Amino acid sequence: MNERKSFFAPVKAWKYLLRRPVTILKKDIFENPREGSDMYRGFHQNDWDKCVGCGTCESICPTNAISMVEIASLEIEDGKKNERPGFDYGRCSFCALCVDICVSDSLKMSKEYLHLSKDAESFYFIPDINGIHNNKAKQGYVRDETSELLDLVRVKMEHEDVSRKNSFIEIVKGYSMEMALAESARCVECGICTDTCPAHMNIPEYIRSIYENDLKGAITHLYKTNPLSNVCGRICTHLCEGACSLAIRGEAISIRWLKRYIVDNTPMEDYEEAVLSFVTEPVNGKVGIVGSGPSGLSAAYYLRTLGYEVDVYEQRAIPGGVISYGGPEYRLPEASVQKDISMIEKTGVNFITNTKVGTDITLAQLEEKYDAVFLGIGFSLSRKLNIPGNDHGDVEYAIPFLAQTRDYLRDVSKMPDIHEKVVVIGGGNVAFDVARTLLRLQIEKYGKADVKMASLEHRDILPADLEELEEGEEEGIIGSFGYGPEEIVIKNNKIVGLKVNKVLSIFDEDNNFNPSYDKSDSHVIEATQVYISTGQMPEYDMITDEIKEKMEIVRGKIITAENGQIVNVPWLFAGGDIVRGPDIINGVANGHDSAVGIDKYLQSKKK
Amino acid sequence: MKEVKLFLGPQHPGMHGNYSVHMYVDGDIIKKARPTPGFLHRGFEKLMERRLWMGNLALIPRICVVEPDINEMVYAQGIETLANVEVPEKAHWIRMLILEMARLAIHIMGLGGIGGPTGMYTITYWAIAQRDLILDLFEEITGARVYHMYIVPGGVRKQLPVGILDKVSKLLDELDVKIPEYKELALKHPIIHKRIKDNIMLPADVVWELGVTGIGMRSAIGKEYDLRKVQPYARYDQVEFDVPIANYSDGLTRMNTKYKEIFQSIRILRQVIEKMPKEGEVRTRVSTGSALRWTVPAGMVYSAIESSRGEYGYFIVSDGKEMPYRIAVRGASFPQGLLGIEKYLVGHRIDDASLWMDTMGVCSPEIDR
Repeated sequence: MNERKSFFAPVKAWKYLLRRPVTILKKDIFENPREGSDMYRGFHQNDWDKCVGCGTCESICPTNAISMVEIASLEIEDGKKNERPGFDYGRCSFCALCVDICVSDSLKMSKEYLHLSKDAESFYFIPDINGIHNNKAKQGYVRDETSELLDLVRVKMEHEDVSRKNSFIEIVKGYSMEMALAESARCVECGICTDTCPAHMNIPEYIRSIYENDLKGAITHLYKTNPLSNVCGRICTHLCEGACSLAIRGEAISIRWLKRYIVDNTPMEDYEEAVLSFVTEPVNGKVGIVGSGPSGLSAAYYLRTLGYEVDVYEQRAIPGGVISYGGPEYRLPEASVQKDISMIEKTGVNFITNTKVGTDITLAQLEEKYDAVFLGIGFSLSRKLNIPGNDHGDVEYAIPFLAQTRDYLRDVSKMPDIHEKVVVIGGGNVAFDVARTLLRLQIEKYGKADVKMASLEHRDILPADLEELEEGEEEGIIGSFGYGPEEIVIKNNKIVGLKVNKVLSIFDEDNNFNPSYDKSDSHVIEATQVYISTGQMPEYDMITDEIKEKMEIVRGKIITAENGQIVNVPWLFAGGDIVRGPDIINGVANGHDSAVGIDKYLQSKKK
Repeated sequence: MKEVKLFLGPQHPGMHGNYSVHMYVDGDIIKKARPTPGFLHRGFEKLMERRLWMGNLALIPRICVVEPDINEMVYAQGIETLANVEVPEKAHWIRMLILEMARLAIHIMGLGGIGGPTGMYTITYWAIAQRDLILDLFEEITGARVYHMYIVPGGVRKQLPVGILDKVSKLLDELDVKIPEYKELALKHPIIHKRIKDNIMLPADVVWELGVTGIGMRSAIGKEYDLRKVQPYARYDQVEFDVPIANYSDGLTRMNTKYKEIFQSIRILRQVIEKMPKEGEVRTRVSTGSALRWTVPAGMVYSAIESSRGEYGYFIVSDGKEMPYRIAVRGASFPQGLLGIEKYLVGHRIDDASLWMDTMGVCSPEIDR
């Protein structure tokens, strides 16, 4: 009986004949498709305005479904590539790791799940915001904080506390190995930094070397494009970090400090071996270099790697130019500068110091002696400031002051003659260098400091780095930012202060430099000594009129062909400040370019 | 005696996945059986050595198609052990939710699978449809229906969507009503009894010989050997459930055990819904840096969980780099699915071969991996 009952039990299933089936009708699949869930991982959508073409999606893709495609119609900007990801849906596994790791948040997935086509090519697709069917399908899967695959917070750099102002101790402490490894692990190797760096340094490559704990390899990467890595690891303007793709949503990689980690921590034998591995026998010719600043040093190093004999002329006692006589010790310690210079010296570069071209030896003599000459003389003069009282004996200028301070710290000069109350005019990095150096010297000499600053620019638009402002104020510098100097107030032949007016605007309607003031808002900054740091300019005395006539100089800068060659004076090359304005990394880049240019020029002459 | 060679699979409605058994038969009786794996061999273990720790997430669910989440769980659990990472409390409960839902899905499908070889197709269609309703919920939680890629090292990938627990509750209520109908339809039916009762035996000594775990083992030796009980992971020690056992493992007993386990899963899920923390993080970082450079400290670990078919484990070796050094998979159905067929399918009738695959719970990709 029981068995018979069970036998017919399936008949109960007939009741479902009258119920609505859970299956979807075929026509509904195409005409009225069921919508995917809110988080559905469907086809990709990519906002091209946000996308920077970094290719991180391509790197994470476990199935190699993504490839970056160059889009000719897109412009290349700083921090953006003209590439966009293309998806091969024959390979894609719809895991959405690309969405989770997208640095710019441009990549999303839609709720769409149907793509039927006889055309196999249509399964390869470069999505824009409208998606594969160009129908602005509803958004499905997006990244959120939980699914984030990037590390957006940089490893914090330790700084000396404010007691640093009592000495010239280096402020930034540098990364330890653990910190550097953690920081290097954040990099996504997009290479946008390389495009932005004036010297096009192999940044992702050397960061990877750190990550793999291969410091010798890292040095090799550094010296391919920059022989001043000790200097640049400390005071570079780090344009790369501004372009870093991680900075879009988080904090940029500390590229500069990682570079410093490499040069500070590589064992000396490895360091030397890596640097000298590029150098070849000097068989190709002789090149003279005028000025041993960044561009000169860079040109010298790369000319040695290209097989040239190189003589570098320097008017001062030690080579280095701005790096030996400009940057303050607390940012750029002597040992770092000397490490860079001594490495270049070890490659066989011959430094002829205390020799000023133009007086001790003429440019014509150099032309005679060398196959080519490179000019890297920098902006060596301070720009004068035309205000009443500027001819007073207690008005000092940034460049000679900073140079004397470096010599003083080297024990080859006496301390600059500084007063108890000083004011610095200027708002750039050099002005802060002057002010903070003054502060340290005052504490050493008087036990207390009184440094004030005045600049045309308001604190929000100060040309100096933010860290200079913050650290400077922390150390006790008082700034009148947004106040322009009117006159140096002199009483009884002594400076008593600097009269400043509130700045209304710096540039006029035609965008020319022409500050206007609100004279009702003015005050006198008390000081007995005034330091002017309102810019630098070049000194072209060494260049004879005959050559000058053939050259084109616009606003103090020499116009050159590609590779730094001066068009009508083919044996003469120029680079650095005098071509691109003051920035050390520009000098390094120019020096390298010119070395290549000189090689090309001399090799073509041989044929 | 004349032998005839018959192929069961890889394309055969009675076969589970792309797997094949070459049967040498005399009349209806199988004289020799040669399991032929490899149709699904994609070299998973080797591929994993060439993928980033995170990138493997897209690969591993494919090792068992119908119950992919166990792969994610053992992988995540192993890495967390190596990296010494504590998973957030809520993530443990979400993981249990996912794992039990997955168990429900595969058990229901397995229950329906009996319909194919026995001619009771109604239950097969019901099971497939019922599984799809569970997949709907997976789609809402994880963004995908089959390969969820949701349980990740350090927790789970996303917070639960709002209101999902109510939907799971509703599903459980539905199953409470629906699943007994499966029993009426199939497990009590005399025809099906004829096919699997006192047939396709798995004696206790074979269990020990082959290393069978899971339902096969529990229904044969009468011991509650279930990793959720004997070696609790996630928060299984904080929920109450029974482990159905038996001392006589024929096809029917195993199906009945599976049937009972469905209700235990429902019971666990109800407790998960009740006890899951309402707030809290669901993921911690297992490594610093971007996912392109995540590393796992050097070392080796065996990580195992109770899958629907028994003990499922990964042996993970890391050398501290961005990719695993070696991962070996213990497929839960490897013993009965490969070794068992070769040795013990002999003597059965041709039509028992499909029933063997179903009642033993064989998942062919995990044999091939």
